[in-house]
Amino acid sequence: MKEREAAVRLSGIEKSFGAIMANHGASLEVMPGEIHALVGENGAGKSTLMRILGGLMKPDAGRVEVNGRDVTGWSTNDAIAAGIGIVHQHFMLVPTLSVAENLVLGCEPKTRGVVLDYNRAADDVRKLSSETGLVIAPERLVSDLSVGEAQRVEILKVLFRGARILVLDEPTAVLSPPEVRELWAVLRRLRDKGNTIVLITHRLDEVVELSDTITVMRAGQTVARIKTSETTPAEIARLMVGREVSLSAGKRVQPIARPTNVRPDQGLDVRNLGITGSHGVRVVDGVTFKVQPGEILGIAGVEGNGQTELIEALAGLRTVAGGEILIDGNDITRRSVAIRHDAGLSHIPEDRHRRGLILEYTVADNLILGLQKHFAKRGVIDGDRVLENALEEISSFDIRPPNPVLPARALSGGNQQKVVVAREMGRSFSVLLASQPTRGVDVGAIEFIHQQLLDARAKGKAILLVSAELNEVLALSDRIAVMYRGKFAVVMPSAEASEEVLGEYMIGTKKGNAA
Amino acid sequence: MTGSPLAAEIKPTVSGAPWRERAEEALIPPLVALLVALICGDLLILSYGQSPAAVYRLLLEGTWGNAYGFGQVLYKATTLAFTGLAVSFGLRAGLFNIGGESQLAAGGFAAALTGLALPVGTPLILALPLCMIAAGAAGGVAGSVPAYLKTRFGAHEVIVTIMLNFIVLALLNWFIAGHLHVPETLHTPEIHAGVLPRLADISPQFHGSAANLALIVAVLAAGVVWFYLFRSRGGYDLRAVGLQPSAAEYGGISVGRVWLRALTLSGMIAGIGGINYVLGYKHYYEDGFASGAGFMGIAVALVGRNHPIGVLVAAFFFATLSQGGLAIHAFVPKQMMDVLQGVVILAVAVSVPEVRRILRGARRRSDA
Repeated sequence: MKEREAAVRLSGIEKSFGAIMANHGASLEVMPGEIHALVGENGAGKSTLMRILGGLMKPDAGRVEVNGRDVTGWSTNDAIAAGIGIVHQHFMLVPTLSVAENLVLGCEPKTRGVVLDYNRAADDVRKLSSETGLVIAPERLVSDLSVGEAQRVEILKVLFRGARILVLDEPTAVLSPPEVRELWAVLRRLRDKGNTIVLITHRLDEVVELSDTITVMRAGQTVARIKTSETTPAEIARLMVGREVSLSAGKRVQPIARPTNVRPDQGLDVRNLGITGSHGVRVVDGVTFKVQPGEILGIAGVEGNGQTELIEALAGLRTVAGGEILIDGNDITRRSVAIRHDAGLSHIPEDRHRRGLILEYTVADNLILGLQKHFAKRGVIDGDRVLENALEEISSFDIRPPNPVLPARALSGGNQQKVVVAREMGRSFSVLLASQPTRGVDVGAIEFIHQQLLDARAKGKAILLVSAELNEVLALSDRIAVMYRGKFAVVMPSAEASEEVLGEYMIGTKKGNAA
Repeated sequence: MTGSPLAAEIKPTVSGAPWRERAEEALIPPLVALLVALICGDLLILSYGQSPAAVYRLLLEGTWGNAYGFGQVLYKATTLAFTGLAVSFGLRAGLFNIGGESQLAAGGFAAALTGLALPVGTPLILALPLCMIAAGAAGGVAGSVPAYLKTRFGAHEVIVTIMLNFIVLALLNWFIAGHLHVPETLHTPEIHAGVLPRLADISPQFHGSAANLALIVAVLAAGVVWFYLFRSRGGYDLRAVGLQPSAAEYGGISVGRVWLRALTLSGMIAGIGGINYVLGYKHYYEDGFASGAGFMGIAVALVGRNHPIGVLVAAFFFATLSQGGLAIHAFVPKQMMDVLQGVVILAVAVSVPEVRRILRGARRRSDA
């Protein structure tokens, strides 16, 4: 084993974007002919590492070797020539062209050097199809393909260019279970033919089922390299989410005395909620829960199990297929976002760039998004009050730089998040949806935002917290629900939960009590 | 709680860098575009064996150099200001209104009908608002159709507004040719009320030029558009939808309703522009009067950077080129001006992102 040359060896990789260290001591060693899983949470630096391998980025420090050759800082063309093929998470196909045309794009076989030799292209594709088992009719239009078929074309495309080392970035994110099984069969066959495969994923069940070796990344660093046969999903989960240094690790909220004068219908009441996703799949399936005033219900789960859709449906940004949503006893299931605001709903969205902020607007203007009508008199916005409000929020949330007329785009990610949090916590509300409230935020701001959430809880607000950070969920929640494949796998008091217990529900090895 | 120490600390930044930055980004691209156009113009003029200096002098004399020419520039700028405001208003909401042409014509037609329906001697103070309401309503209806089709069925507003141009213009042509024209012509009879005073009535040296009170209306309209966009809640919502629809939706703004409002108001602005020709110049509606002005509005909005003040300046600039083409006709073909307009538009379109990148780079270097 030792004498064999690694197909890919990345060592001591450093890469930073401004103040953010995407890779900090990352390494990866992939042996030829194996399926190697690269796992880690969002933002752990997996994609950056693969971009460096693919020549899309140059590392600040470290060494990249392919088949024993030092290729540090090479270009994408070098990488392709050396047989590295990256299958991106988002398809890069021309929908109006056929499968064959897409495959030969850029290296088209031509008759007399001008006309595309369509038949030869189709034959080439058919030949490759039968060799790999990636069966697809070359004359079909890409726009007619299903998601799984389109992905097959993506894989064929890199193979067509002679790739021997395949990198697949979250290949199953968009696939249905039967399509996933087909993909596994194809990948195994490719491996058996001597190809090397790197699989980026954060779904542990896939990792365990398919890979030979696992590399775990956390916070830009490689923390473990293990043989799949010698580990368990629980151990991988612990390696993925565990933190040596964490402000909130081990901390638990103390139960507080509930306000006594609460009516039974106060808070958030969700009954049998169902949501249909883009491919007709039930992404949320019969979820029922209540969040009472003065309570934080945390939702844990591997991303992509319906949390995003659930929050969007609660916020009024997604239509529901069935069920009911009540705020303080008012049915708002089919009400507009504005009416939900009036009913007492506040929402920290998971994606501040797409939803939470208008990046071109000033900080002051962003601080009134969703509150416009409270800052307008007879249709005219009261600029003085907008500025006054901004100065107040800027000082109480320590938003930097403290300049209300700066466009939100000019702020750092953490300060942008503070703008969103300041706005949503500053308005009057009874129910708060907090989705990834500390994503991409520095340590100090995390503590601050956590304190804000706990203060709101103490004031009798009902808070639904969704976070990919298990620590965060554990530290803040009174009760914790684990979402798995669109359902609540379990709902348990925080005191009974631990990373290990939650981890097992998150990857579906344990089924729970919840309906 | 708004501590004045904090406010004092912030003030220098408010009046400092961001404003200078914004002014630079707003002004430099059009100026660069102008420079590029001038160079192209020089080459073109030289290719006709003429002296650029002489031709430009002639151009300036024929436009800004005498009262008549200047009046004509102002007249042409008035219509362009309306159509430019209309296009820029739509663009602020993220919508491309290519229907200015027919909205302008419909507005002019409605203004003429109103002027015909009113009794002779109706005071202007009454007739002008009525004509404007009619013109705005007609343009607004033309604008609301694509808006409705977009919100209801997802039909793209560019396609619908373009197609609607043909339909509306053909309908108007049918009305005029079949029902309302003065024999042997393609225009309506002269209106009974709503005739706008001309600049020449106030200051005789403008004699002969068509500049009229509609110019004031255009400037006021720019003011109203500015106030709506940047000071009103409706404008806050509208710009939010244009910049980031999903964030606007999150903020409780109904994207569909904003689209409906934006295109309808855009159509209204273009429609009101019809008064310049109908009430201010000819005093009747004539088939084809709007020809080109609607499309020119797109260029005006583009060069004016979708800002009402920028639109006024751009309208004045394009009107100067158009009038200047007549002045220099003796030396070079007046189509040269069309070429120059095209160059300016292309240069602005190209230079906006380019110049921005250069500015950002320069700033970063100076910060470092």
